[in-house]
Amino acid sequence: MLVIRDLHAGIDGKEILKGFDVEVKAGEVHAVMGPNGSGKSTLAKVLAGDEHFQVTKGEVLFRGNNLLEMEPEDRALMGVFLAFQYPVEIPGVNNASFLRMAYNARRKAAGKEEADPLEFDDILKEKLKLVEMDEDFVNRSVNQGFSGGEKKRNEILQMAVLDPTLAILDETDSGLDIDALRVVARGINRLIRPDNAIVLITHYQRILGYITPHFVHILADGRIIRSGGKDLAVELEKKGYEKIREETGA
Amino acid sequence: MGVKAVEQIANREYQYGFRTEIESEMIPKGLSEETVRLISSLKKEPGFMLEFRLKAFRHWQTMKEPKWANVSYPPIDYQDIIYYSAPKKKADQKLKSMEEVDPELQRTFQRLGIPLVEQKRLAGVAVDAIFDSVSVATSFKEKLLEHGIIFCSFSEAVQNYPELVKKYMGSVVPYTDNFFAALNSAVFSDGSFCYIPKNTRCPMELSTYFRINTEGAGQFERTLIICEENSCVSYLEGCTAPRFDTNQLHAAVVELVALDHAEIKYSTVQNWYAGDPSTGRGGIYNFVTKRGKCLGGHSKISWTQVETGSAITWKYPSCLLIGDHSVGEFYSVALTANYQQADTGSKMTHIGKDTKSTIISKGISAGRANNNYRGQVEIKKSAAGSRNFTQCDSLLIGSESRANTFPTIDVQNSSSQVEHEASTSRISDEQLFYLRQRGISVENAMAAIIHGFCKDVFRKLPGEFAVEATQLLGLKLEGAVG
Repeated sequence: MLVIRDLHAGIDGKEILKGFDVEVKAGEVHAVMGPNGSGKSTLAKVLAGDEHFQVTKGEVLFRGNNLLEMEPEDRALMGVFLAFQYPVEIPGVNNASFLRMAYNARRKAAGKEEADPLEFDDILKEKLKLVEMDEDFVNRSVNQGFSGGEKKRNEILQMAVLDPTLAILDETDSGLDIDALRVVARGINRLIRPDNAIVLITHYQRILGYITPHFVHILADGRIIRSGGKDLAVELEKKGYEKIREETGA
Repeated sequence: MGVKAVEQIANREYQYGFRTEIESEMIPKGLSEETVRLISSLKKEPGFMLEFRLKAFRHWQTMKEPKWANVSYPPIDYQDIIYYSAPKKKADQKLKSMEEVDPELQRTFQRLGIPLVEQKRLAGVAVDAIFDSVSVATSFKEKLLEHGIIFCSFSEAVQNYPELVKKYMGSVVPYTDNFFAALNSAVFSDGSFCYIPKNTRCPMELSTYFRINTEGAGQFERTLIICEENSCVSYLEGCTAPRFDTNQLHAAVVELVALDHAEIKYSTVQNWYAGDPSTGRGGIYNFVTKRGKCLGGHSKISWTQVETGSAITWKYPSCLLIGDHSVGEFYSVALTANYQQADTGSKMTHIGKDTKSTIISKGISAGRANNNYRGQVEIKKSAAGSRNFTQCDSLLIGSESRANTFPTIDVQNSSSQVEHEASTSRISDEQLFYLRQRGISVENAMAAIIHGFCKDVFRKLPGEFAVEATQLLGLKLEGAVG
């Protein structure tokens, strides 16, 4: 589904990703772990098409398409979803209307009929249950005045509504207390299916106690220094990044 | 991506820029006492009108063009303007029915989306259509008269209801008020007149549609609306003009009078030609004086405006709150893009006791545009227990646009309360990226943010116009927001 080969990318002339490779297949959950500044968020932003970042080398194929040549909205319409590390506030834009706009944009791109507000209301109610969120949540402006936890949950709600093929979750667990983390993880687990995939970017092993990855990749200085199964995360938690780095000679 | 989006909004072509080929009756360029007399005689006006015009003209000659607005333009040559231009056919002989309107004019207004023929689509709206200097048609006139409501061109009102005109014309905006009001009072050629009798709720929206067609012609019209005790009306105004390289002057005067418990809601969607997007050449100078007088107790006047056109906008719809417990409101969205300049806002003068006013102003500035809010809240000593709430927000798009706020507050008693809130924000790349990542196009993302920003004002517009305003701002939300 997703193939990344020798990806080099950076911001303001500074190279951050220095030859990143990965292959993600349908039905898989990949965890990308790494210390601050290792390039985790750069990876997420580059995949989503943030124009602040420049790709200098390498290729990214998503379902056979060259993702790097596409506009952010076209990537989204093909099923790429990024749960933002820092969701943006959009004053005045109603959350439910925004969700419907996004939902209908995808429907339209897929050649399906758009949902009217009543139909969408039913869909939304169901998705809210899935992520255990209150209904008054969607009647506020997008992320405006939301607590850190609410913002993250709103990202998962959007994921539930948009039903992406590839979801990249950028530190969705950071800033969540233990109860909120459980709710968010439960929501994500409910969205995992054999025909979609998740790239879970995280700093801590914590969330992997709730969501079991098929693969764990350890990122350091813009490159994967070690890949393994779910046990690698446990090992990492014990040893720390520095130790693993020494062991791999990176 | 921000820049790209700005370009998309800014370069949207002006779709009302066409010109109608129609034979016009024009007077030569230039302005003198003779011009004023000529206009009055062309309109076969009674003596009191000519007298009013001449007084205004003589006063105007003593005045200087105001320079305090934060806008810049080359000096206007008042001798280089055509002060009267009217479609030749049946200019002053009034039509018996709408079907008699020149088909070319009918087509023009059809193209503008303003049907003159009383058909189903806009059945709830009566229209007075003004083409250059004259009113060419007024729909639903007879039907309204059955309710005692007078809705006609200003010229007809002068002929048929001289007492009302005499009593109220200049009572809110005297010709001495300002330079452009004096000019208008001297040379105005037509406009709309509306009178709602006691205890009458006007059963339909009334509207005037202004169209400038002739190159080099100025448009000087007056609107006068009188709402008697316990009556109520909602009035709409729309404006467009063809694309010309030269600047054109539109100097209008609007006067509203509300008596005891009367309510006037006046909405404007202004989309005059704004000038060439890339050079700034041409466009309308929209220098307008709009004022309402809440004469009666518990009366209410509400201005709602969506200003998207004109090279320069200079207008401050205001309320004189004279009656006790009267209410004044001003809701405004002013969008300036490219080389457009706007200096606009409101004036609320509290004179009666327990009067209340609200000002909500939303300025959007894109490209190299310059958007200014200028407001004055004045609470006189007599206006005990009065309140004002002002909120003015600016939204900047791109890095070259500018926004300024110039509020003046003057409170002369201690029992009144005044609140002023202001904010300036920018559409950020982060916001656009966030929305685009959800599959929403740049255009729709911008539209959603802008619509969100303007929502408080759009909500105040009558249904039909809310739709037009939304489209005007390029909002293709398909009803998703709001």
